[in-house]
Amino acid sequence: MRVRTLAVALLAGGLALTACGKEGGPGDTGSPSQQVAADVKVDGSPTFDKIKARGRVVIGVKEDQPGLGYKDPTSGKFTGFDIEIAKLVAAKLGYGDDKIDFKAIPSAGREQALINGDVDYYVGTYTINAKRKEQVAFAGPYFTAGQDLLVKKDDNSITGKDALKGKKVCSVTGSTPIQKVKSEGLTEPENIVELQNYSQCVEQLEQGAVNAVTTDDAILKGYASQSPTTLKVVGKPFSNEPYGIGLPKDDKALRDKVNDILQAALDGGDWQKAYEATLGKSGSTAEKPVLDRY
Amino acid sequence: MDVLLDNLDLYGPGFLNTVELFLISAVGSLVLGTILAMLRVAPVPVMRAMGAAYVTIVRNTPLTLVFFFFAFAFPLLKIVDAETFGGSASGYYFTAALAALILYTAAFVCEVVRSGINTVPVGQAEASRALGLTFGQMLASVVLPQATRAVVPPMMSTMIALLKNTTIAAGFSVFQAGSISANLAERGENQLIGLLWVAAFFVVLVIPMTLLQRSLEKRWSIAR
Repeated sequence: MRVRTLAVALLAGGLALTACGKEGGPGDTGSPSQQVAADVKVDGSPTFDKIKARGRVVIGVKEDQPGLGYKDPTSGKFTGFDIEIAKLVAAKLGYGDDKIDFKAIPSAGREQALINGDVDYYVGTYTINAKRKEQVAFAGPYFTAGQDLLVKKDDNSITGKDALKGKKVCSVTGSTPIQKVKSEGLTEPENIVELQNYSQCVEQLEQGAVNAVTTDDAILKGYASQSPTTLKVVGKPFSNEPYGIGLPKDDKALRDKVNDILQAALDGGDWQKAYEATLGKSGSTAEKPVLDRY
Repeated sequence: MDVLLDNLDLYGPGFLNTVELFLISAVGSLVLGTILAMLRVAPVPVMRAMGAAYVTIVRNTPLTLVFFFFAFAFPLLKIVDAETFGGSASGYYFTAALAALILYTAAFVCEVVRSGINTVPVGQAEASRALGLTFGQMLASVVLPQATRAVVPPMMSTMIALLKNTTIAAGFSVFQAGSISANLAERGENQLIGLLWVAAFFVVLVIPMTLLQRSLEKRWSIAR
């Protein structure tokens, strides 16, 4: 009998604990709000038909990249430049912030998520390349990044990609930047560290276990602006990574529509506003990309 | 087939490292697990308590967590110098992966061996004591040989689980079979096909283990 009382007490306590702290959360981070378009039509787009039938749009994003696609662990809110672009496109398709479901999908799962239709479109540091175009379609690019290096602020020995010999370099398992480091032999194979996500790499950098973290400069700037006193970006990009919006492969109608939306945002002030509210906070400027319609 | 042939530079070294990780940690966990099992049946209470405590604490702790500890937390304890230990960064992470796999699997091996010891009739132990064998001699030449026969199938299951568990090292800077799909994704290859090849190679690795199990069972079978 006593056991049962204890169990009930524990259960009730557990429920009470989980119920509290759910309301509220940090205030809005001041992302530019979008005018939601009404009566949008995208003829001949199966994806858009699916969105309409659902009444909500599901967008695949990253959750661990400050400044681009980042999920606040306490409030569960997504913030960043990619998120702003995703919201902008959704708004112009007729879906406001309250009708967006963000789905965090890591790099390795992106193609499959689009092929399976788990997400309607994907905005998350998604580099456009020919090989990927065999499986998915891309609108954009909406941003051009380049591979760069994140090092400790007081480290002046790493000045660029050619100064990496003998240094421990960290990036995400199998990611394009680390494959580039391997194939170009920028450092010795035994000095390459591959972890699950960039946050772990940055942590290792701060502890001194690795000397540099490498990936696209946009991602690195996000981390550098989080800890400006200890980290810095080297600032000599050595690749060209055009970020596109991933779409299901055969949906040309939606692709054209998204390209129109991006063009309008680039020509108007929306793109600039989105940049300044997110990545621009690190103080760096960015050039507007030129759309690549196909 | 293209996915495989175009990316042989991933599949070859990847599976080679998987086999290497597996073989070393299999030997390590068998040795440590057997020692733990001997502790658990030892006549000294302190030894029994040590064995039991290890199994209770370690058994089925999420393996990712064990990896996490050795890859990230252990260096902070400054017991060894992560900079130089293992010769290099990759050497350190490889050693960390081995430590995680061996400690995790040893708890299972211990319980498998102990269940085998339990199948040996008490009379065997009593008879060997009566012959004047010490505890160590009794275990080594009477009880364990008989126990081993009984545990071939569950032991092989544990070893196959270990083989597949090695893929977790992918997230902790050890390049092996588990890292292949992440690399393929970035190369823009079809991952479903890529993963099917990974699965196929794992089946190829498991088949000889199953055959070994069958042959051991046959060779060690006795009429009771």
